Amino acid sequence: MEPVQFVFYAFATVLVLASLAVITARNPVYSVLFLVLAFFTSAAIWLLLEAEFLAITLVLVYVGAVMVLFLFVVMMLDINLDQLREGFAKYLPVGALVGFIILVQMVIVLGPEQFGLDRVADPVKHGPDYSNTKELGNVLYTDYVFPFELASVILLVAIVAAIALTLRRRPENKAMNAADQIKVKRAERIKLIAMAPEKDEPAEG
Amino acid sequence: MLEWLQSTWMSLPMSVQDTVIIVAKIVAIVVPIMLSVAYLTLAERKVIGYIQVRIGPNRVGPRGLLQPIADGLKLLMKEIIVPHNANRYLFIIAPILALAPALAAWAVIPFNDEWVLADIDAGLLYLLAMTSMAVYGVILAGWASNSKYAFLGAIRSAAQVVSYEIAMGFALVGVLMAAGSLNLQDIVLAQQGSFLHWFWIPLFPLFLVYFISGVAETNRAPFDVAEGESEIVAGFHVEYSGMTFALFFLAEYANMILISVLSAVMFLGGWLPPIEGIPIIGEPSIFWLLAKTSFFLFLFLWFRATFPRYRYDQIMRLGWKIFIPITIVWIVVTGVLVLANVSPWFD
Amino acid sequence: MAFERPDLIPVLPEIFVVTMACVVLLVDVYQRQSNRMLTYLLSQATLVGGLILTLSLHTSAPEYTFGDTFVKDTMSDVLKGFIYLSAFVVFLYSRRYLQERGQLTGEFFVLGLFAVLGMMVMVSAHSLLLVYLGLELLSLCLYAMVALNRDSKTSAEAAMKYFVLGALASGMLLYGMSLFYGVTGSLDSRAISTAVTMGVGNEIVLKLGLVFIVIGLAFKLGSVPFHMWVPDVYHGSPTNITLFIGTVPKIAAFGMTIRLLVDTAAAMHVDWQQMLIILAMLSIAVGNVVAIAQTNIKRMLAYSTISHMGFLLLGVLSGSADGYSSAMFYTLVYAIMGLGGFGMILLLSRAGFEAENLEDFKGLNERSPWMAFMMLLLMFSMAGVPPTVGFFAKLSVLQAAVRADLIWLAVFAVVFSVVGAFYYLRVVKLMYFDKPVDVQPIVCGMDMRVALSINGTAVLLLGMFPGTLMALCHTAFN
Repeated sequence: MEPVQFVFYAFATVLVLASLAVITARNPVYSVLFLVLAFFTSAAIWLLLEAEFLAITLVLVYVGAVMVLFLFVVMMLDINLDQLREGFAKYLPVGALVGFIILVQMVIVLGPEQFGLDRVADPVKHGPDYSNTKELGNVLYTDYVFPFELASVILLVAIVAAIALTLRRRPENKAMNAADQIKVKRAERIKLIAMAPEKDEPAEG
Repeated sequence: MLEWLQSTWMSLPMSVQDTVIIVAKIVAIVVPIMLSVAYLTLAERKVIGYIQVRIGPNRVGPRGLLQPIADGLKLLMKEIIVPHNANRYLFIIAPILALAPALAAWAVIPFNDEWVLADIDAGLLYLLAMTSMAVYGVILAGWASNSKYAFLGAIRSAAQVVSYEIAMGFALVGVLMAAGSLNLQDIVLAQQGSFLHWFWIPLFPLFLVYFISGVAETNRAPFDVAEGESEIVAGFHVEYSGMTFALFFLAEYANMILISVLSAVMFLGGWLPPIEGIPIIGEPSIFWLLAKTSFFLFLFLWFRATFPRYRYDQIMRLGWKIFIPITIVWIVVTGVLVLANVSPWFD
Repeated sequence: MAFERPDLIPVLPEIFVVTMACVVLLVDVYQRQSNRMLTYLLSQATLVGGLILTLSLHTSAPEYTFGDTFVKDTMSDVLKGFIYLSAFVVFLYSRRYLQERGQLTGEFFVLGLFAVLGMMVMVSAHSLLLVYLGLELLSLCLYAMVALNRDSKTSAEAAMKYFVLGALASGMLLYGMSLFYGVTGSLDSRAISTAVTMGVGNEIVLKLGLVFIVIGLAFKLGSVPFHMWVPDVYHGSPTNITLFIGTVPKIAAFGMTIRLLVDTAAAMHVDWQQMLIILAMLSIAVGNVVAIAQTNIKRMLAYSTISHMGFLLLGVLSGSADGYSSAMFYTLVYAIMGLGGFGMILLLSRAGFEAENLEDFKGLNERSPWMAFMMLLLMFSMAGVPPTVGFFAKLSVLQAAVRADLIWLAVFAVVFSVVGAFYYLRVVKLMYFDKPVDVQPIVCGMDMRVALSINGTAVLLLGMFPGTLMALCHTAFN
């Protein structure tokens, strides 16, 4: 086995195990952490495909930002696991059966006969001068500019929707207005009064 | 002896040779960082001491120079206490997760025109990815400790780091636009010339935003609400002791040094000299990088001695409502500058 | 590194709508009036402007741009025109309803406009990527719109169900698309179509991909057995959102079906015809039978929608230009009827009262004979009674099925539409032969009365003179 293959299989194994752990872990925090691991290993597999830009972006966006917020939310939630697991045993046979059938179908259809190396060409190996980042940039803003802009509109809608669904102005809320606080001038707070010097009369005794 | 070494070395297969060389390089980077961290703590105490008209530590060794060694030994000897009902695995993993990305990020830093461990094209992104992961250590430490103070610290830190990462990322976008590359070596080379050619002039707002966001990312004063010893005792690491605590300490200082180096590389020309053409001083060398880094590190210490801690809502406001708009506007300005080929930076 | 600059003229309507949506978003922030008049007018102006742009840019030959990923042909132009019109009517009907409940926010209009944009992209997509992006843009807006009334538990529940099932459907669709991509190596409709026709790639994998795509489509159309979300979402949403969800997206869903099945996978017609036959039969049967048992009119109309989607599929599955144009005719007619039907519920509702139950329609004739007549026309049309347009829609779809040698299927559809006529006519019976339960006068603005009247009479007039619309649909596929 070549070293590259060894690396691939090592990462692939970790990826599959981590993905399994995401759905089987009892503790939601563990699930999130395994998902982080899964993202990390898939980034590594992308690196093997010479897609370093995508790999690093995956880590940056998903591991560095999205999953942090996930973790943030999951830690704050007080999930009653027993309640979640209610009825699990009841639905298990049906779910397992459906899952099994789908698995069998997928194995039949997506096996190596259909996607083996004799059917799908080997990916092109590039020299050390090849920059995946540059190639991506070249197509992203030319051929794919329309989908790219649409994706940004989707994000805008997500922002609008999130704010519309969560922002509430409560009249009883006494939040401080930082802008007002900063705008405060010295003259508004301190008044200098000119007054004649006073001298305490020594107490006579 | 030397001959024997040489012959054994030659008899090794190529892949093993490569691995050994890489490991040697890593050691050559990590060991000086660790030493710098140790002496940075001493420097911090000394600097703050002088600012507050005190002398600072001066008992251990000549002028207190052995103080960090003594501190390290003390922490090594101490017992690691795992709190009751804490999550054992995560409790132990958390400090490691805090330190690892701080060290891994050094792989792409160019120390001079040849010395760089991994000269990769997406270097800047890699750095951003690594620095963004440091927060896991903090969050997990806070959660695994099973302590209210620690958890509060973790929550604060998570929100803060995620917020400032955006401003930081946008500042880096400005840099990569100016340099036309994500490769750190290329970024340094794009600033060739005198100190007037460095990016701190055309990207001045981004420079400020980047460094301040860096201070916030490392949870240093005045953005240290995650620790906030007067409010939540010591925040996320309140339950840690001994070596586990030391790891957090190392991570924090390693991150400080990293942010300083990066500011130097991206805005102050890295290892380039401020004025070219003068013998010795005018030569590009690692010492220039170190000098610039020290300057930023001093700023970190100076901030801590000077500013009171920000309130939490003020931190959020600064990040979201001030820094992010500034960076977005300046990215557009940078685009115009680059398109207009404004000299001496973009010709 | 030279590249061709894409021709932006064909996408001008999309650019206009997205720009105006952002303008509306900004203007709304500075609106102090509680009636949001400026926001409302600007949104309506956007739709009218879009309509004018689309009409003036119309050419009979299809135009492609952005490297063939975007297409502007007669079908997309006609569908876009109806999308603007329906959205216009939805905004018009909704304003009073929202204002009375204190829910009149700028977000409704902004999200509505972005949804319109998503639908425009869907009907103009010539690449799987664009189909998906348009669909996601639309769905995201709809999820949020369902949940906009935050204090209502049923709305939150409906939004949650819609979101979870919608995400599942999107996942299915995406999976099917990725299988297509895996086999043919392209996302472009034409390239995939050629590859499939040439027999490049593996048939089994393509079929599996097709199954997933059809499932995704069926989810979005709401046809049985992927219909579970429809009644709950229609019921749980605020009525004006039900009006939106129940009408406009169906036009886009039809466009998406054509783009995916006909433009991309035409060579696999035999395969998807079988799947659509099952979906159509089940939808027509379940929709019509279950609707009888409903007492809530929103739920009833939801099941009626399910059966209408079955008829729509009947036209698509016949696999001929005639079939597609009859399905398109059916979709457009359905949108008009749906607007009228849900509009009636909005008309009868007032602050603090939702006319959701069949009971509330009792004796409408005594309260407002004209509106009762309008409702009569709409119900007749939905049932397919001549001379309303619903009859012609059903007729043309059935003709297409017969021409495709699916006579048994046509007979099946006719039998169940007779069953379905029962519950539409029940509404008519309630309006004309029962005593009113709700005796409050109907309050509503002039604009809404006029619009509803036009909407109701349109059903009748189009039924008498269906030629123009029919011809329009025919040109789209010839």
